[in-house]
Amino acid sequence: MSFQRLAVTTKRLELDALIHCLSEATKNGESEGIGAVASFLGLVRERNLGHRVMKLEYEAYEPLAMHAFERITSEVVERWPATQLALHHRIGVLAIGEASVAIVTASPHRADAFAACRYAIERVKQIAPIWKREFFEGGDVWIEGATADPDDATAREDAYRRTCV
Amino acid sequence: MRVNIRVFARLRDIVGAAELDRDMPTGATVRQLWDELVVEFPDASAYAGSLSAAVNTEYAKMETMLHDGDEVAFLPPVSGGQLLL
Repeated sequence: MSFQRLAVTTKRLELDALIHCLSEATKNGESEGIGAVASFLGLVRERNLGHRVMKLEYEAYEPLAMHAFERITSEVVERWPATQLALHHRIGVLAIGEASVAIVTASPHRADAFAACRYAIERVKQIAPIWKREFFEGGDVWIEGATADPDDATAREDAYRRTCV
Repeated sequence: MRVNIRVFARLRDIVGAAELDRDMPTGATVRQLWDELVVEFPDASAYAGSLSAAVNTEYAKMETMLHDGDEVAFLPPVSGGQLLL
């Protein structure tokens, strides 16, 4: 599990595992090799919209989430051809401060690694079929954002714009 | 034909189960299946304008035609989609 590039898992996320699977993959590579690794960890935040969060529960439609991750990988490679991506999302009940999503990008140069990493998290938020239920004092609520539509070119362009390239 | 329906998050709470099987006439679309579901669970109608659907674990349009044995998922808006402009 820890050496898969893409995963939906109930286990604690480890950035090292993601970095390792990318560096292993390019050891015998033919290209320029890796000159930069960028990473992103999304954590369970203690406060949301002014109230104290006790915990979050993440739920995924796992097979579709894996297909969405594969799609994001293809989009990254299309934009930044020499860049590789590893992406793990956690599901289940998470405490404050725990990581819910881990993304690592590896590229010959830092600009592409940073841009691809930002792009990947924006796309995860847009199209990964993953939901979170927020538990606070006195109740709980499903957090709902935008309608997931992988073919929405505007959303995709918006994610690209956020990479600041 | 018989199809398997999967629902998630608050939609699952509304339906009261993570999955259910329903019989539909041959040639029915995802939208027709959704309409049937809303008749059965009226609270689900709140998602009419924000729903996504998947057939056999790939995103699909509401116009997609269904086949016997298909797994059809109805997805509320995903959790991280807030636009922070």
